[in-house]
Amino acid sequence: MNYHINHLKELESESIFLLREVASQFQNPVILFSGGKDSILMTYLAVKAFYPAKVPFPLLHIDTGHNFPETLEYRDQLVEKYGLSLIVGFVQEAIDKGFVTEERGVNASRNALQTYTLLDELEKGKYDAAMGGGRRDEEKARAKERFFSHRDEFGQWDPKNQRPELWNLFNGRKHLGEHFRIFPISNWTELDVWQYLASEKVPLPNLYFSHKRKVFERDGMLLADNEHMSKKPSEIVFEEVIRCRTIGDMTCTGVWRSTASSVEEIIAEVATTRMTERGGRSDDKRSETAMEDRKKQGYF
Amino acid sequence: MSQIKLTSTELLRFTTAGSVDDGKSTLIGRLLYDSKSIFQDQYEDIERISARRGEEGVNLALLTDGLKAEREQGITIDVAYRYFSTPKRKFIIADTPGHIQYTRNMVTGASTANVALLLIDARLGVGEQTRRHAIIASLLQIPHVVVCVNKMDLVDFSEDVFNDIHDDFESFAAKLDIVDFHFIPISALKGDNVVDRSKNMLWYEGPTLMYYLENVHIASDHNFIDCRFPVQNVIRPYNDEFHDYRGYAGRVAGGIFKVGDDVMVLPSGFTSKIEKIDTFDGPIEGAFPPMSVTILLEDDIDISRGDMIVRVNNHPQTGQDIDVMLCWFDNNKPLQLRGKYTIRHTTQEARCIVNEIRYKLDINTLHRNLEDTELRMNDMGRVVLRSTKPLFYDSYKQNRITGSIILIDEGTNNTVAAGMII
Repeated sequence: MNYHINHLKELESESIFLLREVASQFQNPVILFSGGKDSILMTYLAVKAFYPAKVPFPLLHIDTGHNFPETLEYRDQLVEKYGLSLIVGFVQEAIDKGFVTEERGVNASRNALQTYTLLDELEKGKYDAAMGGGRRDEEKARAKERFFSHRDEFGQWDPKNQRPELWNLFNGRKHLGEHFRIFPISNWTELDVWQYLASEKVPLPNLYFSHKRKVFERDGMLLADNEHMSKKPSEIVFEEVIRCRTIGDMTCTGVWRSTASSVEEIIAEVATTRMTERGGRSDDKRSETAMEDRKKQGYF
Repeated sequence: MSQIKLTSTELLRFTTAGSVDDGKSTLIGRLLYDSKSIFQDQYEDIERISARRGEEGVNLALLTDGLKAEREQGITIDVAYRYFSTPKRKFIIADTPGHIQYTRNMVTGASTANVALLLIDARLGVGEQTRRHAIIASLLQIPHVVVCVNKMDLVDFSEDVFNDIHDDFESFAAKLDIVDFHFIPISALKGDNVVDRSKNMLWYEGPTLMYYLENVHIASDHNFIDCRFPVQNVIRPYNDEFHDYRGYAGRVAGGIFKVGDDVMVLPSGFTSKIEKIDTFDGPIEGAFPPMSVTILLEDDIDISRGDMIVRVNNHPQTGQDIDVMLCWFDNNKPLQLRGKYTIRHTTQEARCIVNEIRYKLDINTLHRNLEDTELRMNDMGRVVLRSTKPLFYDSYKQNRITGSIILIDEGTNNTVAAGMII
């Protein structure tokens, strides 16, 4: 017998350990489910962590109303397959009630508005731990994020006052009204995620695979044409063979020219690509510290 | 980034330590850049910022400065984690700041590292910071230490300079508990001996830094001898298919557990046999560190979180009086003699009282100060704790998982100390 496990199994083991810690240290945890591959991975790891028992936390999906229909379809199938429970928070409700105001202009997105609905749902459900699929390799502000990330009663992140995390001892203690953001897959890279999903044969939303779609170009990025976005007169819609590298709200998810139609082809593409996956996210391009600023406000 | 099939790749975690200007960020930038692990848009991003600041060339150090305050001040505040991979290994870097006030970050980064990179500026030689970092690496029992003598380009790639630093460090390190150390002359700025072999230092016949990181033997860094399984959760499905299922979930902290092994459960002392080692992917024959598994026993024993499954003939120490080397993290107040804290050890949580502060350790000289025993932020000292219930522990030297603790302030809930059990 060879007493050695490969890096994917070691990452899997670390994430399972974290998910089990969350189940023990918190009263009422919830998995933030966006429909992207990272939250799919996290959900799949949670299924593994508690097998053969059911996942002891629900999924929470913040629906901006601008989702790709494929995302919702996949979500419902996943919930059905593993007997999960699902809670949905609607950004539209917050807009209708006047709690948030829709952005205007061609770059309008509901991405930032999600934070309100997210914090509202966390409060309503009295969740004390919200697990997200954030990875440290995604973006520079995320490189300094903890596995157990403490938030004050306003849901804010203070990057200069984080709890040190040593060995595998995690401190989830908190005062009433505070909560934690937990990032069980912090140490995975984009390539790790794809390699793992391939080796585990996890089914994925078909948005990740190459397909024909009506797109238009803005600031050097391709965006999927959709009814929620107004286009400038100069922006012409054309058909292209593309796939998504990340899946978010339709208004801010860039798509990539790609012919990768299987996970193996995606791995080959990721392994040789020269752009970060968030390079396709217009929400990160707003300023040098766009992600850090949003995280401080309570964005995931 | 360059290889598609990475499925048999090992994971290596390393930490980097150095003083403020010794080029640590540049070295990491160089490793990422030369291993083709940074992306075009990241590179263009730092190219733009370098130009805006009027810097000459592209400042690779900018790749690791994540937070706004860090970019403004040009320093690193917090531990940042970086990732890159080669066909042989996946690497996780815990990049820790070098300032004296950030000892706590270095301790944090060191706690999970297989390898420590200590940077020395070739012009300055072994300084106070180098000594402190080496002492921390020794106290945290990082299995392998690499001393990178950087900025060799600024000393004309001189072999004599390198040898002097080598000898200087070695005579100091003789006092330390570091089993495996290694010296490499590099220039992070120019790339000499980082990924590519230097053409300027033909006198150096050892490996490049990247070759070392890809090949250093880390398979024995875990303890495979002493079986320790701290129970995290009890898995009870409560459904018809798995009606009597009662599994103990956890991550193996030491040793190799096999189906059929005679085991004992602490603290109850009940014995049983391992009936099954379960995973989502099906039952397995054996489990070892760092695997997360679910163990089922033949007998119905009352077991809960915080208990430990061990082999019948190999026990950890059990007790309430714990002798630790403590590193204090709290900015607001020093460690309180007779103070009460929450202690976390493996999956156990208890309360404890500080019974004795034996001495404060000068982490620049290893001098034991018996007079001034006040532990303030970033101080280290030898402390005796008494916990409200027995802990099942090993010395930190024997097992980093079962030999480590943290203390939590019961008022603020902050993690205020990390301890290595003596």
